[in-house]
Amino acid sequence: MKIPSIPSSEITEEAVFMNRRELLRAGTTALVGTALAGCPAADEADAAPEAGAGDAALRTLENVRPAPARFRVDEELTSFSDATTYNNFYEFGTGKRDPARNAHSLRPAPWSVVVDGEVGKPGRIGVEDLIEPAQLEERIYRFRCVEAWSMVIPWVGIPLGDVLKRFEPTSNARYVSFETLVDPEQMPGQRRRVIDWPYREGLRMDEAMHPLSILAVGLYGRVLPNQNGAPIRLVVPWKYGFKSIKSIVRITLSKGQPNTSWNDLAPDEYGFYANVNPAVDHPRWSQARERRLGEFRKRPTLPFNGYGEQVASLYAGMDLERNF
Amino acid sequence: MEEVRKSDAAWRGRLQSLLTPSRIAIGLASIPLLALLLRFALEGFGANPIEDVTHVTGEWGLRCVLLSLAVTPARRFFGWRWAAPLRRTLGLVGFAYASLHLATWALLDLGLDGAAIIEDLTERPYVMAGMASFTILFALAITSTRSAMKRLGKRWNALHRLVYLAAILAVVHHFWLTKADLAAPLFHATWLAVLLAARLVWRFRNPLKS
Repeated sequence: MKIPSIPSSEITEEAVFMNRRELLRAGTTALVGTALAGCPAADEADAAPEAGAGDAALRTLENVRPAPARFRVDEELTSFSDATTYNNFYEFGTGKRDPARNAHSLRPAPWSVVVDGEVGKPGRIGVEDLIEPAQLEERIYRFRCVEAWSMVIPWVGIPLGDVLKRFEPTSNARYVSFETLVDPEQMPGQRRRVIDWPYREGLRMDEAMHPLSILAVGLYGRVLPNQNGAPIRLVVPWKYGFKSIKSIVRITLSKGQPNTSWNDLAPDEYGFYANVNPAVDHPRWSQARERRLGEFRKRPTLPFNGYGEQVASLYAGMDLERNF
Repeated sequence: MEEVRKSDAAWRGRLQSLLTPSRIAIGLASIPLLALLLRFALEGFGANPIEDVTHVTGEWGLRCVLLSLAVTPARRFFGWRWAAPLRRTLGLVGFAYASLHLATWALLDLGLDGAAIIEDLTERPYVMAGMASFTILFALAITSTRSAMKRLGKRWNALHRLVYLAAILAVVHHFWLTKADLAAPLFHATWLAVLLAARLVWRFRNPLKS
């Protein structure tokens, strides 16, 4: 066997390596800081809102443009601790508290994303080049899980459409699909085949180009914690949460409708569209109401999660009972 | 010295009569609920406490019933005669958990909204299975006294065999509400299958005893 020679410049110094191990063990994603070029190093560690010791090290994102009114829900924010300790991210376990407990093993930097399929300029690109820090803006969105709970989260990201355009979609591009990382070392939940890994999600092209759809790299003004999908995730606020795929490593544009994980798992329960719709119940439970985390009484669920005015036209003429 | 030893023995006797298998079982079976309350007290309610209470009471209600069903096989196969009273005790603790589970659903989750409760009970198979299981446990709990046993005579045995149906319905309830990870319901289903098999083996070997 031939032993490849590695230039010494590529070997991580032990001190740096050990330090990184410690940081990761503490549940931080501080290293993403070095990935997002042009940002100063973490030194505001004590300013995290309601953060635990691990999350306090999350780097603040600089120069984020505040959310424009049409992208800002005027409702009380879910607490940072609820949003970062109550998560569905089966790659780290199927319990709600598992991701916060287990996601320290994820290494969100360095991280690259493959963009391929029906694009003029396919390629692999570092997340720091995919999301230019100067473009970051805040979006305060409702987030409604298919399990009938909801949050309000201040995301930081950029419109998905702006990213896709740079790869020059061809005229054949009618859908876009996303894949999460597969690496059971980093994602211990993948040692069990609860889902046919990798986790996949997809959108119709017009949904992807809609200004509400974003790729997020942060929340609450800080870098995304691992358990929330570091370093880069999708956020589509008018759809059930499972559409908003986390820790993305591949974006593929295609002519045909892509397979998506929950739809593959139970096609009669989770549709490809998965638009929030109080009038169409999940076969096993009601979608008419939801529990906003932190509230006692359930509140009514809104059509398209309250974004109907902006997105209902995308589905004009479609039977939403059938295309659930 | 003699005095001291006597009072030692008295204390030991008192302790032994206090720490019956049933009392110990009740203490142990309460741990999951106490642990949850302790977590609430120390760490706050967290993101979704209603869900936490629902899961802990449902899960341990089922487990106590399954443990109660394991008592008779344990007596027969391992000769644990001291365990006999645990069948009733664990069954009642299971019923207590199931009652808390039902109350959490109706009161905390649905806020006693009659229409929502009726919708759940008539449209959602997993709720129906759970409610059927609870109804059986309720009937068994109110006939668990010595006087009820006497009053019902032979019918008491027939009635209380329904506990197996209650357990099956509870496992089905769990299966039907699970999204993707079937590990927990499969664990309980296996446990129940082993208990049912043990009962069949016993019947086969001892056709005259029930």
